[in-house]
Amino acid sequence: MSNFMEWVDRRFPATKVWNEHLAEYWTPKNFNFWYYFGSLAMLVLVIQIVTGIFLTMHYKPDASLAFASVEYIMRDVPWGWLMRYLHSTGASAFFVIVYLHMFRGLIYGSSREPRELVWLIGCVIFVTLMAEAFMGYLLPWGNMSYWGAQVIISLFDVIPYLGPILTEWIRGDFVVSDATLNRFFAFHVIALPLVLCALVFLHIVALHKVGSNNPDGIEIKDNKDENGKPLDGIAFHPYYTVKDLVGVVVFFMVYLGVVFFWPDGSGVLLEKDNFAPANSLQTPPDIVPLWYFTPFYSILRASTSDFLLILTVITGVAAVATFFIDTKRSNKISAFICYALLAVGLSIFDAKFWGVVMMGSAIVVLFLLPWLDKSPVKSIRYRSMPFKIAVGIFVIAFISLGYLGMHPVSELSTIQAQLCTILYFSFFALMPFYTAWGKTKPVPTRLT
Amino acid sequence: MKIGNSIMALMVALPFVVSAPNVMAATAEGVVLDSVHIDSGDTPSLQRGAALFVNYCLSCHGAAYMRYERLAYDLDIPMETLAEDFMFTTDKPGDLMKTAMTEDDAKEWFGVAPPDLTLVSRVRNNEWLYTYLRAFYLDENSPNGWNNSLFENVAMPHVLYELQGAQTLVGHVETDEGAAVETSAHQNIVGDTIFEIQKVGKNSPEEFDMAMRDLVNFLSYLAEPAQLQRRSIGIWVLAWLAVLFVVSFLLKKEYWRDIH
Repeated sequence: MSNFMEWVDRRFPATKVWNEHLAEYWTPKNFNFWYYFGSLAMLVLVIQIVTGIFLTMHYKPDASLAFASVEYIMRDVPWGWLMRYLHSTGASAFFVIVYLHMFRGLIYGSSREPRELVWLIGCVIFVTLMAEAFMGYLLPWGNMSYWGAQVIISLFDVIPYLGPILTEWIRGDFVVSDATLNRFFAFHVIALPLVLCALVFLHIVALHKVGSNNPDGIEIKDNKDENGKPLDGIAFHPYYTVKDLVGVVVFFMVYLGVVFFWPDGSGVLLEKDNFAPANSLQTPPDIVPLWYFTPFYSILRASTSDFLLILTVITGVAAVATFFIDTKRSNKISAFICYALLAVGLSIFDAKFWGVVMMGSAIVVLFLLPWLDKSPVKSIRYRSMPFKIAVGIFVIAFISLGYLGMHPVSELSTIQAQLCTILYFSFFALMPFYTAWGKTKPVPTRLT
Repeated sequence: MKIGNSIMALMVALPFVVSAPNVMAATAEGVVLDSVHIDSGDTPSLQRGAALFVNYCLSCHGAAYMRYERLAYDLDIPMETLAEDFMFTTDKPGDLMKTAMTEDDAKEWFGVAPPDLTLVSRVRNNEWLYTYLRAFYLDENSPNGWNNSLFENVAMPHVLYELQGAQTLVGHVETDEGAAVETSAHQNIVGDTIFEIQKVGKNSPEEFDMAMRDLVNFLSYLAEPAQLQRRSIGIWVLAWLAVLFVVSFLLKKEYWRDIH
């Protein structure tokens, strides 16, 4: 065996890679519940790829055959129903895990120096995952697939001048059609999975360069023994491989519990309207995306002309307020110009345009997190009270937006969504202020 | 950790907080459906439902994603019985359960093509189907003489007339609970609608309700034949995972003994 490994190691850095990334990759010893979701996200990626391969063997990317081919998989393909449910439930599981994984980064300051690139690559993964899920959702060619794609693609229409040309180019037709289905299939099955795998690789490379953060938000590399091993670090393998194994088993209990006993999630995981084939003449009563898009969908729908008026006033007040902030004059002037332009823009373009802009901004703003956070400490354990309150409000706003987006709009729910939209953006816009405000607790020098 | 707990508590409590006003909106919509006992393990009920489906539904509606053979296999129907009682004479057991009626004919006769019923239980829901099937009533103003209190002006006539007989619309139950309204022996409540029984069919009202339960039970099976397997497999999978959990947990504990 050792001769064999020597032979390999002279030609390929097998042992070196094994040690650098597993056996001698020093990991903080105090990972808690929140730290399972990184490895689980990789697991779900593998599940989606493997089940996806089997589905591709029987699925027909053709508008006249697609719907029936999914039912063929559900009925006539041996274990086809299992592959389909693993894949459809896996999509939701992926987003549950990714949202929890991102939340972990938020509360423990994992995006902060020196891990900004880990966070940024992660955000790109999130956006790619959304595209992957959106395109995959068209493939069953159910009526909600069809109309969901129709609505989301037509959002690009709001782009001045280029919009109509762009949407036609995306669809390959004037409406969602066979051409759209074929290209979405290509993107869902080949292009985006390749991009995802490449991004996940980069995410891990960047992480292993800087090392993992931990619930205390301090650097284990600051305390090393004489051999250069961090005193509070333990080898990823075997310690975290065996620990993650427990997490994997618990995850499988939940995930497979849903797959076997609740695969449609009462219409949340597999929507009722999607069991009817795509029909370009019959719009479903409520076109709603799957739950993982609903927080952003709510922000889109929150944009009404009344709401824009309120936002214009808010930006106007913000423009004036910049003159009272203790900062350089040039900063004041540029901030004032930005706010003034925004206020003008809000009154020029219509609500649909700003809905799309707000939805896009809600995702883009995530990229800025490492630079918006000005707290002297990283972990929520040692942060000041204003941050903890802000996180609590943010969680409530985000889940409320998700809930509201799953239901038809009413007068009340629109106001609720608008309030939550303001809270969502305030969380980021005010972050430089409230993270620097209040008294932080003293940070320990070693892990607790 | 305390903060973590309170955040978790907020996350758990939240949907209830925001959902309160919306729940009221849902009930204000006012569609009252009767509950129905669905049991995919009740094979005799599924067989009876299948027979009703083939005799009364399949002439106009297809079940075009389902094969006859699968029916025989899942519902313990002998192949001879399947060929004699369930299939059109020209069909083969491996054929899809398509309707004999062409779409063009259907449009001419009914105005709309009757929808395929393979997945109807997943598009609607079982309570809706159970209520709908029992809510046909005589209506002089309708082109075919029938109407439905749940699906007003539906193009479908009362195909199960010979079983249920005929009823006329009396009115709606005023209160949310049907029990509060007194009805006579000749009256029948479906959903929130009161019907006057005009003519009893081959079935008594109780028998007809049971027959419709069988039919809906079958439609529920038809929409997802895999449900017969997935639950029984699922129990073994979860049991195996429970064992694996104990093993993996002990393994983790053993390795982590030297970490403080």
